[in-house]
Amino acid sequence: MDNRLIYLDNNATTPTDPRVVDAMIPYFHQLHGNAASRNHPFGWAAEEAVDNARNQIADLISVDPREIIFTSGATESDNLALKGVYEMYSRKGNHIITLKTEHKAVLDSCKRIEKMGGEITYLDVNDKGLVNLEELEAAITDKTILVSIMFANNETGVIQPMKEIGDICAKKGVLFMSDATQAVGKIPVNPKELGIHLMAFTGHKMYGPKGVGVLFVNRKNPRVKVTAQIDGGGHERGMRSGTLNVPGIVGMGKACALAQAEMIDEAKRLSALRDKLETGLCQLEETYINGDVNNRMPHVTNISFKHVEGEGLMMTFNQNIGVSSGSACTSASLEPSYVLIALGLGDDLAHSSIRFSLGRFTTDEDIDLAIKQVSEGVTHMRDLSPIWEMYKEGVDLDAVQWSAH
Amino acid sequence: MAYSEKLLEHFKKPKNVGTLDKASKSVGTGLVGAPECGDVMRLQIEVDEESKIIKDAKFKTFGCGSAIASSSLATEWLKGKSIDEALAIDNMAIVEELALPPVKIHCSVLAEDAIKGAIADYKKKNEA
Repeated sequence: MDNRLIYLDNNATTPTDPRVVDAMIPYFHQLHGNAASRNHPFGWAAEEAVDNARNQIADLISVDPREIIFTSGATESDNLALKGVYEMYSRKGNHIITLKTEHKAVLDSCKRIEKMGGEITYLDVNDKGLVNLEELEAAITDKTILVSIMFANNETGVIQPMKEIGDICAKKGVLFMSDATQAVGKIPVNPKELGIHLMAFTGHKMYGPKGVGVLFVNRKNPRVKVTAQIDGGGHERGMRSGTLNVPGIVGMGKACALAQAEMIDEAKRLSALRDKLETGLCQLEETYINGDVNNRMPHVTNISFKHVEGEGLMMTFNQNIGVSSGSACTSASLEPSYVLIALGLGDDLAHSSIRFSLGRFTTDEDIDLAIKQVSEGVTHMRDLSPIWEMYKEGVDLDAVQWSAH
Repeated sequence: MAYSEKLLEHFKKPKNVGTLDKASKSVGTGLVGAPECGDVMRLQIEVDEESKIIKDAKFKTFGCGSAIASSSLATEWLKGKSIDEALAIDNMAIVEELALPPVKIHCSVLAEDAIKGAIADYKKKNEA
């Protein structure tokens, strides 16, 4: 029995690259200064390090360094973009458009804005997980101030048609914000070319540290401003107060520099491994890939193993393999993934889903072992499953009178 | 979330997995839950005609580890019991035995419902 631990949950968080850790270490003790201390060498060293990181991050996404606002993570960046735009542009309108499949950081910020008097349109996606561009355009009114659509979905990896969305927003004269947490550092992302005015991302999804994030805010044509959500010393051009997390920022800068150098080759390597994993697992009967396979991140696959419950399946191999399930058996609500439900999956297939997200440290051997253990797990669970037995006997499962509980 | 040793044992090597002849007069079948809820449990008992003692019990479960372990444990407990003794099995006894966390208590409720369903089916077949 192979007892290696295999991590295929890189969309939850990535391990910090050792080269990133090395870059950060001096800034904890030797170079511990506050980047806002303008009157001594300790502060100067910290400020220089932050400037360097800001340049590295700006380079990765081809923007001006002055357009990078540091935050504590993508959740805070999403909150700042949505609530900050809502407050700043309240005289222009109160309507924001987003998607049903957005991350909770966006959806819950929108819920808050509704309580503050805003109006939110939550657009459906099609069965591939993609926004309907005509519906988007039709939803924009003279009260619309912002469209918020994620770059790549965290559960399925599906990439939205960003350029087309950006064009619609430009034509209609509304701001375009994107949560690009799952895309930046993994595929080329250029907000200027795509017409994105605000963009949130974070260090720990791209082999940087946790606790540091970025909000890109467009400075010219149009000049975008957001109302600060945290008051204090007026750091980050008045948009986000608080002493800068210098070691974290240095780490995020290093992570961006590494991504810029390596992501093209890495994306090719990961998509080959992902395809191998998919091909291996799809040898099993009644196995379905969720989301658009032609427009998605190279390192993600989301698979439903019909008539097997996802959390139970994970228990067959979770001593060795870390993945996520769209089944929410652990949550009090028992509701399965709202993202997969929005794609039109039945609750049963949503409960049967597993997300595999590969990363920089995933090897070919990892994939071989994952295929073996997951396949064995699915077989074990199907041997135990009364629904699988009924399906094999040709029972029409939709006609069965289930006792919902 | 860390699971108890007993729960993991029942999950990895479940007892009494299988199917009894549901058409047989001596077999009672309980099918509870729904696929869209993420749990379906089928529990069957076979009752000895002379002694009225449950001589065999089988299950199949679609669900999480706690649901599978709860049904495996239930079949173990059912064997050798009379109908009345079986009806007295309480879901909280399953919770205690497997140290189920609070979010998994519904799995034990489902197992108790499956036991009651199997007994009701058996009684219905053997009325009069």
